[in-house]
Amino acid sequence: MSKTIKLKKGLDIKLIGEADKVTVDAKPSKEIAIKPTDFPGLTPKVILKPGEKVKRGETLFFDKQNEKVRYVSPVSGTLKEIVRGAKRRILSVIVTLDGKDDVEQFEPVDPNSLSRDEVRELMLKSGHWPFIRQRPLDKVANPDITPKAIFISGFDSAPLAADLDYIARHQGEFFQKGIDALAKLTDGKVNLVLNKFYSPDEAIKSAKNCVINYIAGKHPAGNVGTQIHHFDPIDKGQFVFTVKVQDVIAIGKFFANGSFDSTRIVALTGSEAKNRKYYRTILGTDVSAIINDNLVQDNVRIISGNALTGENVGNDGHLGFYDTQITVLPEGNQYKFFLTEGWLGLGFDKFSSHRLFPTWLMQNKKYRLDTNLNGEERGFVVTGEMDKVMPFDILPMQLIKAIMVEDIEAMENLGIYEVAPEDFALCEYVCTSKVNIQEKIREGLEVIERETM
Amino acid sequence: MLNLKFNKLKFLKDIVENLDPKFEKGGKWEKFAPIYETLATFPFTPKHVTTKGAHIRDGVDLKRTMMTVIIALIPALLFGMYNTGHWHYELLAITNPAEYGTYIDFWTGFGDKLLFGFLKVLPLLIVSYGVGLGVEFIFAMIRGHALHEGFLVTGMLIPLIVPADVPLWMVGVAVAFAVLIGKEVFGGTGMNIVNIALTARAFLFFAYPTKMSGDKVWKSGTNDIIAANGGEIPDGVSGATPLGDLASFVGENPVVNGEDLKGLVGDHSALLDKFEAAYTPMDSFLGFIPGSIGETSMIAILIGAGILLFTGVGSWRIMFSFFLGGYLFGGLMNLIGVNAYMDLPPWYHLILGGFAFGAVFMATDPVTAAQTKWGKFWYGFLGGIFALVIRVLNPAYPEGVMLAILFMNVCAPLIDHYVVQVNIARRKKRFKTA
Repeated sequence: MSKTIKLKKGLDIKLIGEADKVTVDAKPSKEIAIKPTDFPGLTPKVILKPGEKVKRGETLFFDKQNEKVRYVSPVSGTLKEIVRGAKRRILSVIVTLDGKDDVEQFEPVDPNSLSRDEVRELMLKSGHWPFIRQRPLDKVANPDITPKAIFISGFDSAPLAADLDYIARHQGEFFQKGIDALAKLTDGKVNLVLNKFYSPDEAIKSAKNCVINYIAGKHPAGNVGTQIHHFDPIDKGQFVFTVKVQDVIAIGKFFANGSFDSTRIVALTGSEAKNRKYYRTILGTDVSAIINDNLVQDNVRIISGNALTGENVGNDGHLGFYDTQITVLPEGNQYKFFLTEGWLGLGFDKFSSHRLFPTWLMQNKKYRLDTNLNGEERGFVVTGEMDKVMPFDILPMQLIKAIMVEDIEAMENLGIYEVAPEDFALCEYVCTSKVNIQEKIREGLEVIERETM
Repeated sequence: MLNLKFNKLKFLKDIVENLDPKFEKGGKWEKFAPIYETLATFPFTPKHVTTKGAHIRDGVDLKRTMMTVIIALIPALLFGMYNTGHWHYELLAITNPAEYGTYIDFWTGFGDKLLFGFLKVLPLLIVSYGVGLGVEFIFAMIRGHALHEGFLVTGMLIPLIVPADVPLWMVGVAVAFAVLIGKEVFGGTGMNIVNIALTARAFLFFAYPTKMSGDKVWKSGTNDIIAANGGEIPDGVSGATPLGDLASFVGENPVVNGEDLKGLVGDHSALLDKFEAAYTPMDSFLGFIPGSIGETSMIAILIGAGILLFTGVGSWRIMFSFFLGGYLFGGLMNLIGVNAYMDLPPWYHLILGGFAFGAVFMATDPVTAAQTKWGKFWYGFLGGIFALVIRVLNPAYPEGVMLAILFMNVCAPLIDHYVVQVNIARRKKRFKTA
């Protein structure tokens, strides 16, 4: 039953700064933030006012377009601030911890004993629904649809990614409960996809009530989009839900304990971070709880997530809703003399998917890459570079061009329903013309949602 | 010593840092920002950081890619200079054997030949880059962005695909036409439909045919010698190229290197033997034949091809299939063989004229070539075929490669369209069978 797919295409970007497999407690968080910007297409309606008390698991805001979908506070505390950006768009809702632990308590229940509607209602009410994302559109799942399958990627192949096996260790019971709950939501199967060349932890390996498939290859083998494309592709009108491993565990814990579990294990990675370990902290924490005193230098970029798809949160920012990793990279805001470190240098410090740098012969070298664009934005010139890192039967350049001209029929034909911005992160990385491709894909998804869904 | 170098860099960096604010929005010289950016981003990769999407980016940029192509062109340029000098002195060796008789040997008079070629080609380079970059700068200013790198390669290509004696003003006009009409009206680098360098050459070819074809332009100084001889071509002198001679095989007056071969009409193998004696396969391969400046030497072109393929900048699919298409169609014509030209061995076609240069440097231009994997194969394959179709079946244009590639440039989107349709059909099929 279980299938194995081998990918030929892809690219592993080997960075310096993996986290050691040691878990320590992060400093106590002072505040947390739930950021509506983590949920594409969400228009939040905040129901509390600054200064009001909020319990762990109590609703902070809901989705105006689908009021059943609630977003809850992961901690007990006081609503500190609603941060707004341009056009009064809500950027984040910040809660200060009060040191107490008032909880919105539900009855622990075995999801196997519940119906689909009961599981869904419980997850919506308790604020666990946002952990489920849907394809197409790569956004929080619409609770009114029944997906044809649910996908969980058992590993993360992104640069310096946290080891999900390590995070899931000893949590097999909760992981299983989470899968049981998710299995109720679909007519099809829960698909757990594992790395062919890596024997996962017992907690993940022994999962039942799901199909385990294997995939082998370079990044983006661990992206759930790649896995869906190869195991159960999405046609127009079909839906697949996806959940991340740590969030499956959180869902499992909710069914086991009846309360919103906000503990998260987060890997601190990147060349500019020291004490690179796994930190036990809480969902949405201020990143200073983790990076405090752990920076090698000052001119750095602090990214919640990985170097390809994460968000630049700065020193005062907060951990993203779905993130299990913080990456600290050197900023590249310096001029680089062209013959030494610039565009015509020998380039022993540059990693490239193109064979224009001697480093393509050094397969195992690890790099300290900075955030310099390494050039300027141009029109597309080089062709074929994206195909090499795109393990989908999708023509990346043609799809991007279809998006640029808003040709909806072409977008549909070329596979817009199957993709998410993160699937194009490598295309963006390798692009000689430095086009922001993930942003284009998101624009394409927005057009598609507006026009066809 | 090392310290000194570091200080010099620091000094340069300081200049750029100090000038930056003056060209920023609201700065004193804001209008000239595009020019400043162009000049400043050459010595220094700018300090732009990623703002959206992937935080780290590949080390490569368009400047490095383009510079690789320029480096790949250098062997052809250097050999072209020398070859230009050689054919000039070959004329002198025939008309003035007392002084230059020994120069008939390819390698005799190395310094003189190289110097002559250098002085002949350098002005072409200067005019090509000067006019092209001038037009580009004007458009960069209008559009308010720094100069895009596309012309760096085009400016180098144009001198390599013209005869050495082409008047400089014509090159200037052609470059201006090509950049303006071929590229900028479409939106600049990356937006053009047809190859810019070939547009310039096609412009020259059709606007000033007497300076671009025939048998008086390929060896530098031919016209001077004819003028000195009272308007008659001196005995023993021939200004024809191999392709020009081959084209004559189709008609009633076959000529090889100036020698009238009317008597051999109909005897294909005898004609080809004569041809092979005049332009031996080895000479053609090494490039010891007259022709456009950069196109003659397979060795130099293969070095360039090696650089492009090793770095992955040039598409091996296009290069391979271009040669393959040419070779197979050459073989097909052998089977038909109604005239001597058709009976030319197919491999001979590949080492004559601009075939190899076109396949390696022109057809592989990523902007104007097909963009899909299979599209590239068909594009190259058909390009190779059309090059020979035009060469052999339409002797009015002895060099078919230029027109074939321009034609394929126009066809490339169509080829890609069909490749994309195949992809779409295959993707749809997944859901039908499942």
